[in-house]
Amino acid sequence: MGEVKTEKKGLGGMAGGFITTSLNAMIGWGRKYSLFQYPFITACCGMEYMSVACAHYDLDRFGMGWTRFSPRQADMLLVVGTITHKEAPVLKTVYDQMTEPKWVVAFGACAVSGGIYDNYAVVQGIDNIIPVDVYIPGCPPRPETVLDALIKLQKKVQKEGHEWRFSKKK
Amino acid sequence: MAIQQEKVVQDLKERFVEKIKEVSAHFGDDTVVIERDSLLDIIKFLKAEPYDFAMLLDLTCVDYMGQPDRFEMVYHLFSLSKNLRLRIKTRLPGKDPSVESLTPVWKNANWLEREAYDMFGVRFNGHPYLKRLFMYDGFEGHPLRKNYPLRRRQPIIRMRKQDDI
Repeated sequence: MGEVKTEKKGLGGMAGGFITTSLNAMIGWGRKYSLFQYPFITACCGMEYMSVACAHYDLDRFGMGWTRFSPRQADMLLVVGTITHKEAPVLKTVYDQMTEPKWVVAFGACAVSGGIYDNYAVVQGIDNIIPVDVYIPGCPPRPETVLDALIKLQKKVQKEGHEWRFSKKK
Repeated sequence: MAIQQEKVVQDLKERFVEKIKEVSAHFGDDTVVIERDSLLDIIKFLKAEPYDFAMLLDLTCVDYMGQPDRFEMVYHLFSLSKNLRLRIKTRLPGKDPSVESLTPVWKNANWLEREAYDMFGVRFNGHPYLKRLFMYDGFEGHPLRKNYPLRRRQPIIRMRKQDDI
């Protein structure tokens, strides 16, 4: 086995000082590591969210440490907890206020399917109101489950066809 | 000067002879079932000295569908100064589920009665603001009644169909 030689100059010491990629892949790379999150927390899953977001599990490692408390500045909507029919218009408004591109994570059994609350008050899954990208099961989910889901979301963002300023509009 | 729990019930029995329908004790707490029209008198008597039931711990309703008097109001009282607990129950007919409001006696009865109105449709005479507490404007029916359809949903905004997703 021969040693791989790289020159210690240019872009990160890469051979020849350049990289090849497609613009779409690069935009995806940039977006997946800078997901600004908007936590929409309504119930006990919030405790698990706090655990994930704070130092023990540290979402900042994945570029998601920047919590925005305005939906207009956020890329990723985390719906954490039970959504009732009374609250549904609020969630819909928050989602509509977010600018493109945007992604939605249904965090916990209640947001995914209504959970144990199969009754008159609770929306049976937030995908009845807004489109969802990643579903996290569990009541509440373990922080590891959440991290796994967010890494899956990053992979999804990387693979997407991104719209950008000069791209052809659909 | 401690007052015995039994003395409260005995005193009630003597003063409101024909208004007390039933008395029972369970796990050391007494339950008194009374006539609906005497509720306010009995409550005012209990709140005054010597028993001083200053605190309304809870107020709720039970739906016994199919029985002649369908709804049962339950009041949990607590006397802070005498350390007494008492449960008052009264039955309401299904056709006219109304009872005197306790808001003049205890301020916290306001929201508790609004909850009972919202969930069971019990009318409280003399309540200052008898509107729904939990459910939204435009919600039809009372969801904790036994005849509220199990699968009935009343969304405010349009639900996306499964095909749209």
